[in-house]
Amino acid sequence: MDALDPTATARARLARHSLSAARRRRDGLARGTILGGTILALIPLALIVYYLLAKGLGSWSWSFFTTDPTGNTFFKSSSIGGVKSAIVGTIEIVTLASVISIPIGIGVALWLIEYGRGSWFAHTVRFFIDVLTGVPSIIFGLFVYIALIVGTGSTYAGYKGSIALALLMLPVVTRSAEVILLLVPGSLREAALALGAPRWKVIWSVVLPTALPGLATGILLAIARAAGETAPLLFTAGATFKTNTNLSQFMNSLPVQIYNDVTSPTNAVVNRAWGAALTLVAMILVLNIIARLIARRSRLA
Amino acid sequence: MPELPQAGAAAPVAPVAAEPVPERAREQAALGVRLQGLRAFYGAAEQVKGVDLEFKANEVTAIIGPSGCGKSTMVRCINRMHEEIPGAHAEGKVLLDELDVYDPSVDVVAVRRAVGMVFQKPNPFPTMSVYDNVAAGLRLSSGRRGKEVRAKVEAALRGAGLWDEVAERLHEPGAGLSGGQQQRLCIARSLAVDPEVILMDEPCSALDPIATLKIEELIEELKSRVTIVIVTHNMQQAARVADRTAFMLDGKLVEVGATEEIFTNPSDPRTEEYVTGKFG
Repeated sequence: MDALDPTATARARLARHSLSAARRRRDGLARGTILGGTILALIPLALIVYYLLAKGLGSWSWSFFTTDPTGNTFFKSSSIGGVKSAIVGTIEIVTLASVISIPIGIGVALWLIEYGRGSWFAHTVRFFIDVLTGVPSIIFGLFVYIALIVGTGSTYAGYKGSIALALLMLPVVTRSAEVILLLVPGSLREAALALGAPRWKVIWSVVLPTALPGLATGILLAIARAAGETAPLLFTAGATFKTNTNLSQFMNSLPVQIYNDVTSPTNAVVNRAWGAALTLVAMILVLNIIARLIARRSRLA
Repeated sequence: MPELPQAGAAAPVAPVAAEPVPERAREQAALGVRLQGLRAFYGAAEQVKGVDLEFKANEVTAIIGPSGCGKSTMVRCINRMHEEIPGAHAEGKVLLDELDVYDPSVDVVAVRRAVGMVFQKPNPFPTMSVYDNVAAGLRLSSGRRGKEVRAKVEAALRGAGLWDEVAERLHEPGAGLSGGQQQRLCIARSLAVDPEVILMDEPCSALDPIATLKIEELIEELKSRVTIVIVTHNMQQAARVADRTAFMLDGKLVEVGATEEIFTNPSDPRTEEYVTGKFG
């Protein structure tokens, strides 16, 4: 050891603490495996985005968004129309589904957290909400089909699709709202109660405003999930060509139009499906971005 | 049945506070509190085991004792916050002047307005501005609006010694203030509803010494307006601010007396051991 090097003592002591070569090799191997797994998982995602853009962008044009689809699929491709009715239908159906499921879902979550905490009934409700979360989406469609179409002897209608989607959204909204409401510090509720506020006012003036950004995020993610569902709409809202603002009639939607179009023998119609798919993904992406921006404003950890 | 309070024009715990009660005149004394055989439970576990104790009007009473001795629980029985915890209940009497706050004819909302509370950690409402935080007490419990609120907010902030520091930022978030300012904001919030008693549950334990000093000076000023009960772990603090001090151990009151008496010449050997730092 060089006696003139003033760092020599510290270096020698540090050497006792450094990792062995075998440990370093194992560390490198583990890191490599994890990195490889991450890349593997990203490949399908990248391919989906690539195919959507490559095949879908081609059919995007002004008239694609402003004209209804037509049935003229055996003639020239310029006459097949766009996806206006599907976009409008998706927005209408999902809006009604949100109007139904959001107040109920948040109401249930509020009850579970603010009133029923610890009771056997709350545990039962929570258990069934968890069960509901795992139910395949086609079951909701089937349920509405049996109850509101076969049961009443009537036909498909937009609002029936909304009910199926609302059932699908309900457990998602409830669960996410419950998690957010749990994050609201108990000390705030105490402070408000100690000021003499009745419990409903504590919830309305303190708990809900504090939780609002988080609730909005959960709601938007539930909406995004519902907007992409095909199965609950197939035999509840049906499909149609025309743009329709009457929710009691057949109503088109993006997922159902995609489902119908991809099976067409005509190339132009299949391309229309790709364009519709890209539109749907773009709409959901916008919702997700909004959800993230709102979440960033959250005052809860 | 206990009598209704005989506190003249101000009847702050009237069973139903349907109309705004006329304000207590400045020179009129606040109400005192007496505990009679107070017992508090969490489920079946008894945390406060029969306490008789008087908090005299317009005095500061400090409650000292080791962690877990039931100080906070006892104080939370006075404004009936204890019963908000699932499974918790209290027995015995809490007399505000002569009225038992647990009497079925008494409105719990009125009790909590008459007996304000300041918590261990400052807890301003994070969605509200400085102004709205102070106005919250008025709005949350009585739905008052407008000019009346504005005047009361300013009075409360002045009362809490915070006005000069926040006058320019009334509409900024309350959570943006420093810890000490937040705690004084919470004091202003409870002052705004013109209470008789303010309960302080270790109000300085999350604050630095300078902020603590400000709160202690504030307590000295406030006692002309309200009766103060302060739970503290800091014996110097009790000695500095309290007129009387009560020592609790294991859910029971050991002794209560003039602060100087408790710290220099306690009658119970356990009190002496605690205040001289032999245990706790």
